[in-house]
Amino acid sequence: MALLSKKDTKLITDPLLDNNPITIQVLGICSALAITAQLKASIVMALSVMAVLAIGNVVISLMRNIIPSKIRIIVQLVVVAALVIIVDQVLKAFSYELSKTLSVFVGLIITNCIIMGRFEAFALANGPWKSFLDGIGNAAGYGLILVIVGFFRELLGSGTLLGFKVLGDPIEKTGLYALGYENNGFMLLSPMALIVVGIIIWVQRSRNEALVEDN
Amino acid sequence: MEYIELFFKSIFIDNMVFATFLGMCSYLAVSKKVSTAVGLGAAVVFVMLITVPLNWLLDQYILQPGALKWLGAEYADYDLSFLSFILFIATIATMVQLVEIIVEKFSPSLYNSLGIFLPLIAVNCAILGGSLFMQSREIPTLGLATVYGVGSGIGWFLAILAIAAIREKIRYSNVPPALRGLGITFIITGLMAIGFMSFGGMLTGGDEEGAKEEKTVKVETPEAENVKELANNTKEIN
Repeated sequence: MALLSKKDTKLITDPLLDNNPITIQVLGICSALAITAQLKASIVMALSVMAVLAIGNVVISLMRNIIPSKIRIIVQLVVVAALVIIVDQVLKAFSYELSKTLSVFVGLIITNCIIMGRFEAFALANGPWKSFLDGIGNAAGYGLILVIVGFFRELLGSGTLLGFKVLGDPIEKTGLYALGYENNGFMLLSPMALIVVGIIIWVQRSRNEALVEDN
Repeated sequence: MEYIELFFKSIFIDNMVFATFLGMCSYLAVSKKVSTAVGLGAAVVFVMLITVPLNWLLDQYILQPGALKWLGAEYADYDLSFLSFILFIATIATMVQLVEIIVEKFSPSLYNSLGIFLPLIAVNCAILGGSLFMQSREIPTLGLATVYGVGSGIGWFLAILAIAAIREKIRYSNVPPALRGLGITFIITGLMAIGFMSFGGMLTGGDEEGAKEEKTVKVETPEAENVKELANNTKEIN
């Protein structure tokens, strides 16, 4: 490809699996767990993070030669905070209900470790185009885990996906519920998010032995 | 009474780690050893004690709709609440920096033990989360905001202390290879969070004040003992 060299493609695909920000780099877990009870909230959160991370990476990478290293954390925080305010205002304007569900977690994108982590590890040392791809890739890896967790929690917890009753109606006993299936309300509680992520890590590391760490 | 209630509520029921998952990144990264966990936990309590009341003042006198009234009647209908993220994070970053300088000057030994953790705290979501929850829950007075800050800090401290102690012990157990390290920590944290959910009834059970207090004490003891046990265990190892 002319637009994406082999190295560039790797920047996007690596964080999806073998260098996933959540399961391998252990970044950005805070927000990942709290809002995954519904698939829709997870998708919106993933998109918000992607916007902030991609744009922020480009901005930081453009400024990387003029930021004094002593105050770089404050500069980075200001850049992220400005971007997050924009995202927050857009969400409030176009889907107010959803922004209420996400409550403070949109604001917490500021301190989402993925963002600071990628700024420090990548954008400060690379050009804008590479940083942009790195931002997209890492946010996609983050979003992937969010969507997987959100999918299972919403499906098993409330029997719906994006609000559609895919398993039938629990009150009128149609679909699976006619066979005696019950929703597992436990999946909606926050501790299950941790356990689901734990299981994802388990599956991922069993498939790729190189990722196994010491006890 | 409401001070005590809020204090215990923010430690146990609304525990930063187990109920809202804030500060998970540093919680997972720094919980390999009890001694470092204690250092980071203490720094978090300290910074929250300062930043939450400070941000409460900012929220009350600058950010809320109509908060600028003290400047004159013509400012009364200004609403600056969209600026809260940037002001809160700026406060936190400056306070962390300031605390670092002050601690270095007056207590070098404390500075050496906290050293590396202080700058890390600026990006700990628990701190910003504390301020944002303080704002969204509309905590009414400065005193309560302080209590809320300290309580949440202690809750976080407790959580990281407990998981660090468990992780030190788990080194001797036979965990499936793929779960080692991160995976098992996630699952243990999940189980601990389920345990902490049982504190949910702590402040709602019983109608009378007396009954409420009794219940509070009863529910607390097993946990306190548990933590003490954990602490003792770790002392032995050290």
